[in-house]
Amino acid sequence: MSLLLFDALLCLLLLALALASMLSRQLTHAVILYVAFGLLMALAWARLAAPDLALAEAAIGAGLTGALCFTALARQGAPAAALKLSWQQRLWPALFVLLMLTGLLQALLQVPASAGPIPEMVMLNLADSGVTHPVTAVLLNFRSWDTLLELLVLLLALLGTLQIAPVPTQQTSWRLSRSWSELLAPLIILLAGYVLWAGASQPGGAFQAGALLAAGAVVLKLNQQLSWLGWQNIWIRLVVVAGLAVFSLVAVLAWLLPVPGVNVVWLRWPPDYAKYIILLIEVFATLSIALTLTLLVVSEQPATQLSLARENETGAGND
Amino acid sequence: MTELSATFIVFAFTAASLIAIGFYSFITGPEPLRRILALNIISAGIFMLMVVLAYRGYDDTAVSVGDPVLQALVLTGLVVAVSATAFALAMLARLEQQKPEQQKPEQNRVAKSQISRPEQ
Repeated sequence: MSLLLFDALLCLLLLALALASMLSRQLTHAVILYVAFGLLMALAWARLAAPDLALAEAAIGAGLTGALCFTALARQGAPAAALKLSWQQRLWPALFVLLMLTGLLQALLQVPASAGPIPEMVMLNLADSGVTHPVTAVLLNFRSWDTLLELLVLLLALLGTLQIAPVPTQQTSWRLSRSWSELLAPLIILLAGYVLWAGASQPGGAFQAGALLAAGAVVLKLNQQLSWLGWQNIWIRLVVVAGLAVFSLVAVLAWLLPVPGVNVVWLRWPPDYAKYIILLIEVFATLSIALTLTLLVVSEQPATQLSLARENETGAGND
Repeated sequence: MTELSATFIVFAFTAASLIAIGFYSFITGPEPLRRILALNIISAGIFMLMVVLAYRGYDDTAVSVGDPVLQALVLTGLVVAVSATAFALAMLARLEQQKPEQQKPEQNRVAKSQISRPEQ
């Protein structure tokens, strides 16, 4: 009963935060409320027996998205005058949304109360996957296509962002936040390493570790540290691509060099080596995810000859 | 067939309402940044729907974390969602940077000096 009370409170808080964030007058409030919403979502994942998601959400939903939105807010400049919506402009969307909500709830209340056969199939084949944590096994063995393509999506998003990212604005940091971020950095590296290693048998893994590392790197980067971490650095580019490259290379090798007695299927690891293959992929995926997310958040346009020339022009004009 | 548990109903209702709130704000919200936030709220609702579906069999099976396939999908979705948000925000920032230059260069300069103020 008390657990149900906790659920109800948590859900009410989530709904209230989402509503407040969407209906607040000022964008600053909306972003702050959204960050709080992300933190509570992490709690909801933990309650719903998904600790992997809670770890990732705490770093991504609250941390990185918050940093992203605040950067966007800082770039917005003076707020535009708020548009007044007439009652018709509010009524019709509200009606549409209510209709959608009713349909969704109708459908949800008809789902069978027990899960399908898939969880049991995962548990049955867990011994052959090389790891003992089912979520990691699904991500990196049973459904490795998802992870492979996800690394590709991340890379594409980064390339797109680098193409259109605006010219960086001049920022300085407070001394206090700089020293705090320096204190946090070693802790985050240690924690990310632990989360990555623990992923084999407990909640944790490449995504969570990558997101943690990225959150730490973003804090340092916003405090004007880590000046080597940028797209102009050739090693950074190599590591960003390494996640996808190592994954594809390992997949091709596992496909071309069959182990006797094992059926050769694209993206299926031989059970004897699965543990090492997964660890190898995860290490590179972690580094690649961490760097990609960091670069996505603090996206600075890499200096080209054209942009440098333009910068000189505007710099001369402003001074 | 067993009854749906109360926890399932509470969280499923929340997830559906989050999707509805996000959709409403996506349609009516005037500022682009708020629409991007609304998209994020919709995705949070969809993820919650998937996780609550994964939670269904949690009580009566030996699985330690709920349905691992759905959870793995949501984990992938979280990372993809944040990268899509970053891309959208980069486009928005570029739009903001282009806009004032054509219309009112004076106001743009004032806004920029306001942003860089905290250092002094």
